[in-house]
Amino acid sequence: MMKAGLKRSNAPIFWGLFGAGGMLSALFGPVLVFITGIAVPLGLLLPKGAMSYPKMQAFAQNFIGKSFIFAVIALFLWFAAHRIFHSLHEIGIHAGLGAKLICYGSAFASTVIAAYVLLVLGF
Amino acid sequence: MSKRRPYVRSMDGWWRKNPFYVEYMIHECTALFVAAYAFVLLVGLVRLGQGEAAWNGWLDALRSPVSVAFHVVFLAVIAYHTYTWFVIMPITLPPIIIGGKTVGPGVITGGGLLAAVVVSLVMLALVWRIV
Amino acid sequence: MSENHKIIEIEVLRYNPESDDEPHLEVYKVPFSDDMSVLQGAQYIKDNFDGSLTFRWSCRMAICGSCGMMINGIPKLSCETFLRDYYPSRIRIEAMANFPIEKDLVVDLSGFIEKLESIQPYIIAKEPRTLEQGEYLQTPEEFNRYIQFTSCINCTLCYAACPQFGLNPDFIGPAAIALLHRYNMDSRDGAAAQRMELVASEEGVFNCSAVGYCSEVCPKHVDPANAVNINKTNAAKDYFLRFLSPKGGSK
Ligand code: SF4
Ligand code: FES
Repeated sequence: MMKAGLKRSNAPIFWGLFGAGGMLSALFGPVLVFITGIAVPLGLLLPKGAMSYPKMQAFAQNFIGKSFIFAVIALFLWFAAHRIFHSLHEIGIHAGLGAKLICYGSAFASTVIAAYVLLVLGF
Repeated sequence: MSKRRPYVRSMDGWWRKNPFYVEYMIHECTALFVAAYAFVLLVGLVRLGQGEAAWNGWLDALRSPVSVAFHVVFLAVIAYHTYTWFVIMPITLPPIIIGGKTVGPGVITGGGLLAAVVVSLVMLALVWRIV
Repeated sequence: MSENHKIIEIEVLRYNPESDDEPHLEVYKVPFSDDMSVLQGAQYIKDNFDGSLTFRWSCRMAICGSCGMMINGIPKLSCETFLRDYYPSRIRIEAMANFPIEKDLVVDLSGFIEKLESIQPYIIAKEPRTLEQGEYLQTPEEFNRYIQFTSCINCTLCYAACPQFGLNPDFIGPAAIALLHRYNMDSRDGAAAQRMELVASEEGVFNCSAVGYCSEVCPKHVDPANAVNINKTNAAKDYFLRFLSPKGGSK
């Protein structure tokens, strides 16, 4: 017999964001780090001015570019928030609400900031 | 009266007790680096929104040796995330049946890693042409 | 014992609820031959050193699922694990992790039995048939969709491997979810929506963080982690789509 008093878990929302962010960072993470953090700053391999202001501004105003930037920042952070929150629980830090707020709260705040800046940058 | 007195063992430090768990914890910790990198990008985006001078300031900061060193670490750790993500993928997917045969875990992991390589090459190609 | 027997040290986690406050390790020097399993090592201790040593076993051939233990920290069936593979090192055997210890190597499985019952482990006919209508037919393809999940022998090694079960004993856990999946995947069964209430609940699949060790230790290659994770996707679909379908899942 089914147990009585089962409560539906709200995990699918966070699990979905976690999965999407995990996949996005697995596919795009390494190459993005390489481009933005290593190749461009060191002037390796890539054309000069690959991340110049006009180019990046245009990229952030383009609908596809905008969506990409938003997805990367927001989903990377939702992925990380979910994993870090679970790891804290797993190593026995049951900070409960506090840990939850810090993990998911910073992902949420960052999502809002990213959305705001991308809107202000215009289309 | 029952003589039962089941003993519940502590879970403290469980992740140190088996190499499998140690690896699990290490790949879980890659999330810290993904988060750190996403924050770097978020700062970049905010700077972009503040105009050309701010943006160039961010680019300058990225050129500092400390920043480059950090990104080398990010690259290594996030590449490890990529690897472990696709190693786990076979247990997360329903069976994929092609031509009456179930696709093996090695093929799924290999396919995922291949996809990551293709994505990386395409991204580099895009930077060359359009960005 | 003949001359050519080697001696292996077996360290056993002992716990007697009537006299001990907590478990402690005791070492026994056991003569063994190459064909002796760890289970036989424990039997040797019981027969020769301490008749009160308590452990479960039955078939001695990896099929009844009752002889699971932690062997050097790894969940294994003791009847198919051989002393020769550990000699000359000392071998440590303990009750299966994550379960309460009843006595010595015996754990309390009552929670597991309740979970097995809770998943409705029987076919609930999609379209009930009368005797006159004859048997339920199934194609080989339909059979293949669930056969892997029928191989479970309820040894609970997967629970001993699952830290999430250790952290939350209410988690339904790998084997019970694998069995649930077995019935859901059976073409004759129509109760997947009923079982979804449990799958999607706070005791359900989202306790799993894809550690994957359960599938690693499973002696029958059931791949319970796969069953759990497929059901995460199912539960997520149910979560988001329940408003669209009249039947939905749980509330
Ligand atoms: S799924 Fe495998 S490990 Fe778990 S109880 Fe069944 S046979 Fe044992
Ligand atoms: S005694 Fe039956 S499985 Fe080991």
